[in-house]
Amino acid sequence: MSTVATPAPVPRRRRRRRTKLQRRPTRLGWLLLVPALAVVAFVALYPLGKTVYQSFTNQEFLAGLEPTKWVGIDNYRTLWHDTIFRDTVVLTIKFTAITVGFEFVLGLIIALVVNSSFKGRGLMRAVMLVPWAIPTVVAAQMWKWMLDDTFGVVNDLGVRLHLLSHSRAWISDPATSLASVCAVDIWKTTPFVALLLLAGLQVIPNDLYEAASVDGANKLQQFWRITLPLLRPAILVTLIFRTLDALRVFDVFQVFFGYRLGAQSMAVYDQSTTVNDGHVGYGASMSVAIFLIISLFVVIYVTFMRTTEE
Amino acid sequence: MSTAAETTRVAVRPVSRSVRLRRSPLGRMLLKLPFWILILAIFVYALFPFYWALRSAFTPDSQLFETPVHYFPSHPTLQHFREALSSNIFQRALLNSTLVAGSVTLISLAIGSIAAYALGRFRFRGKSFVLYLMLSMTIFPQIAILGALYTMFSGFHIVGPIDFPKLYDTPWALVFSYLIFTLPFTVWVLTSFMRALPGDLEEAAYVDGATPLQVFWKVLLPLIAPGLVTTGLLAFIAAWNEYLYAISFIQSPSHYTVPVAIVTFQGASGNAFQTPWGTLMAATVVVTLPLIAATLVLQRRILAGLTAGAVKG
Repeated sequence: MSTVATPAPVPRRRRRRRTKLQRRPTRLGWLLLVPALAVVAFVALYPLGKTVYQSFTNQEFLAGLEPTKWVGIDNYRTLWHDTIFRDTVVLTIKFTAITVGFEFVLGLIIALVVNSSFKGRGLMRAVMLVPWAIPTVVAAQMWKWMLDDTFGVVNDLGVRLHLLSHSRAWISDPATSLASVCAVDIWKTTPFVALLLLAGLQVIPNDLYEAASVDGANKLQQFWRITLPLLRPAILVTLIFRTLDALRVFDVFQVFFGYRLGAQSMAVYDQSTTVNDGHVGYGASMSVAIFLIISLFVVIYVTFMRTTEE
Repeated sequence: MSTAAETTRVAVRPVSRSVRLRRSPLGRMLLKLPFWILILAIFVYALFPFYWALRSAFTPDSQLFETPVHYFPSHPTLQHFREALSSNIFQRALLNSTLVAGSVTLISLAIGSIAAYALGRFRFRGKSFVLYLMLSMTIFPQIAILGALYTMFSGFHIVGPIDFPKLYDTPWALVFSYLIFTLPFTVWVLTSFMRALPGDLEEAAYVDGATPLQVFWKVLLPLIAPGLVTTGLLAFIAAWNEYLYAISFIQSPSHYTVPVAIVTFQGASGNAFQTPWGTLMAATVVVTLPLIAATLVLQRRILAGLTAGAVKG
């Protein structure tokens, strides 16, 4: 899912006068949570446990192929030596670094531009939401056509403007395939990153800038000394969510390359192993590995946030 | 502020060239020029792919597959739209996606608003644990449970006479699995809406002898109606756009959702050698227009919903 539920530092404690009326029974509170918790347990937690269990078995989707039995850490051992998987991990991390980097820098520039008041700002913000709202699959198809080797507009523009000496096969050429998926993701997500950062910018009080410019600070100084430090929480939240999103990328890769070897993200390889080949057990061990890799990034970010906060 | 104090040293300077430039009207326009060029660049960057999809949808095939590329259709045609909309698979896909995304949204809102009531208006032990659980669920990688869901959907025995039905290749598999990302998200956002409500109305209702459920139904729910619309739209978009589960759990073309149909599109005139790009672009235009319209109309609300809590903290 591409939407971001931006976290508030969990419950904002409000000291309230506690009258007799407000002291509602705890039991009712929990009772109201039962449906939601039941769904989460059944739809997410149970399957997660099941995945972990499956990762220690040799389960195949087509029952009867081989009786399912406990194989210990065999799957993980195979996975460790699986060079295809290793390549997908490297590729996915490269993709994450490139896209998150570009989206952050471009998004910050756009946010700063849109934050100044000008005519048509509302329209601008609406336009920025549009790429985010369309399905990734649709965005990928639109770009695939734009990057077409013979009839694509990117080649045509490139040749006309003398940026390219000849038309290129952007998607099938291994030299440019990573750049082409990144282009789609950056196009689709940068405006959204900009909007999140913009929301952060708008709560910075104007007086600070006024005071600074009275004191003679120039724009650049104001940016480094006021904007960036105060924007830090918004930046960190945005980076975390973008990183986690990018690490589980599936749609763009699958639409652009199908299951082409050497052009698979972690999720694409896992999905094809589990669903197309039916190796549920092995796929499950891969799922666990991906889950751990993503968790590792969460831990890194959280530690980073903690240490820099002090 | 220490930052302000440090910069006082550069207080007074002689009038520089840039200041002189800023004072003349022509100079001011000149200074603004890069700004407007940047704005224009952002506009073009964000919208050009849409223009290209539109242009390709209206360009007849004879011009579409021709070099050099035509930037504007000189003989616009509706042929591609006709083909896309008359495709059986595409029609079914639109219907399937509407049903799946619609039911996921309704279920999430119903369950989510009740949970948000508890989390936003009650104080009890373990509340922050539940909130953290929901938050961690919103970043749950879907791929992590793909295999487990895949095997679950081929049906299994739960307890006694109760079996989990075989959901594989039915829209129900998608409704079930999409709750993973829509429900925690709904709970989280609606909780922030619930928490923002003032307590007075609620207390007045209690004084009048209302039960907690009546308060929820008659007082709070109407108050967070705008929040329900926003959250519902976001959940709908997320479910409408989902691809990983849709391509994994659905096999027969009559059960395809829109993203799957868009990827496997062949169109009436499609052949094995040439993707029918014109028809495909017409289909993408048809699919994205409602989303774009809804986004533009509810723009402010969506932004508020997406950034709920992010900046207040």
